[in-house]
Amino acid sequence: MIDNFIINALIAGICVSIIAGGLSCFIVWKKMAYFGDALSHSSLFGIALGIILGFNATIGTFITCLIFAIFLSFLQNKKIFSNDTLLGILAHASLSIGIIAISLSGQYVNLHAYLFGDILTVTNQEIKFFIIAAILVTSSLFFIWEKLVLMTINENIAKAENINTKIIQSIFLILLIVFVATCVKIVGILLITSMLIIPAATSRQITNSPGNMAIVSGLLGVISIFCGVYLSIIADIPTGPSIIFVLTLMFVLVLTIYRKN
Amino acid sequence: MLIQAENISVIRNKKEILKNINLTIEERDFITILGPNGGGKSMLLKCLLGFYNPDFGSVTKSSKLKASYTPQDFTIDKSIPIRALDFIMLNKSKKNKKINDISQELNIENILNQQLSTLSGGELQKILIARSLIDNPNLLILDEPTQNLDVSGQLNFYKFLNKIYENRNISILMVSHDLHMVMASTKKVICLSNHICCSGEPSTITNDPEFTNLFGHDFANMMSLYRHDMNHKHNEESSD
Repeated sequence: MIDNFIINALIAGICVSIIAGGLSCFIVWKKMAYFGDALSHSSLFGIALGIILGFNATIGTFITCLIFAIFLSFLQNKKIFSNDTLLGILAHASLSIGIIAISLSGQYVNLHAYLFGDILTVTNQEIKFFIIAAILVTSSLFFIWEKLVLMTINENIAKAENINTKIIQSIFLILLIVFVATCVKIVGILLITSMLIIPAATSRQITNSPGNMAIVSGLLGVISIFCGVYLSIIADIPTGPSIIFVLTLMFVLVLTIYRKN
Repeated sequence: MLIQAENISVIRNKKEILKNINLTIEERDFITILGPNGGGKSMLLKCLLGFYNPDFGSVTKSSKLKASYTPQDFTIDKSIPIRALDFIMLNKSKKNKKINDISQELNIENILNQQLSTLSGGELQKILIARSLIDNPNLLILDEPTQNLDVSGQLNFYKFLNKIYENRNISILMVSHDLHMVMASTKKVICLSNHICCSGEPSTITNDPEFTNLFGHDFANMMSLYRHDMNHKHNEESSD
């Protein structure tokens, strides 16, 4: 007999893995690892806003991430600083402002939970939210998939073939923000960032097409959720880090096996 | 007429990158744009393709225009796993069966199943051309297609391009640096250094004082000699 909270955790984890499967490929291809990291850090500011102003933390996160992304693309057009400098400034500034805001609000917030998440506390209500997000993001990504892959390979070819690259890129960013906003409260900043990088990096080594890379990446995520949750229960260790540990283990395993071949 | 640019000017950072350019591309044209770096060659292509709207002047496209474009400096990141065939068919109708004929015509059947990131520069160019031919265009626009090729690779590429031009009812507009090879194949040359310095058939343009100005006297002489060399038969058919 499996407890309800474990089933909830597994369902939530599967949803997160499936969404991250496709998105993470683009994070790896477009070299946006630091962007994903910065985005999830900035979400803490959104959570703080939500708490202070008294609205839902997910909506707060969505809004801050959106502003973050708009602000970033504005700065990118100035072309004075490189991307990682800008991301470094924005990520840590919003993280700090978030923490200051929470401390000034005088309310108790478990920061630890936001950094590392606690997938084992997912409620039935939140599960519904996760499933809807998973369906929405995956189907949208499926819809723009070929166009997004083409413009990732070469933006000018995509433009010449009448793809509106600005709109496709914006849709991709919004999907990424939806993913971060939905999941950060439950799985934590650390796990979100890892889910956006490690499964795709592992999957790349054993696949030969963009679509397969996304599917395998999603599957690896699901496996890591099952193994990670199991490991955290039997060894009594935090769940988020335990999932990341499994992800890393798979990455190293694949790397060693495929090096030999 | 397929595309017509009338008096187009582009100003970037207070510098006139293109100045009063007039250019008409007709059916069956084979036009090569030559010129120094920063002379606005790529910008002109991008205006014609509609990536940029020129600050002055207008670009008119015929309703029957079907242009395809192969960009400058095409490389594929190793982190993207994709076979050459899948790249050619990316965002194209899967019902399109032309790939069989095209791969035979371009002699690329043996590389279709290879990963794009493992192909050589010459092979990549062929794959790009194959992709641009899939939708049966009537205008091929190529931006420095031989940039990453060595001399024999360039020679093969121009032979290959000539074959496409002869076999198909197609116009070609190309930016290139390979003066001598261009002179042998193209029908018309345009020298662009922010404005059109000179244009015309390769045989007449080398006598143009503007051309001599732009590329030097010795070079212009060498060009007119080189054209004869290119008529020799080459029996080697290296596949680079």
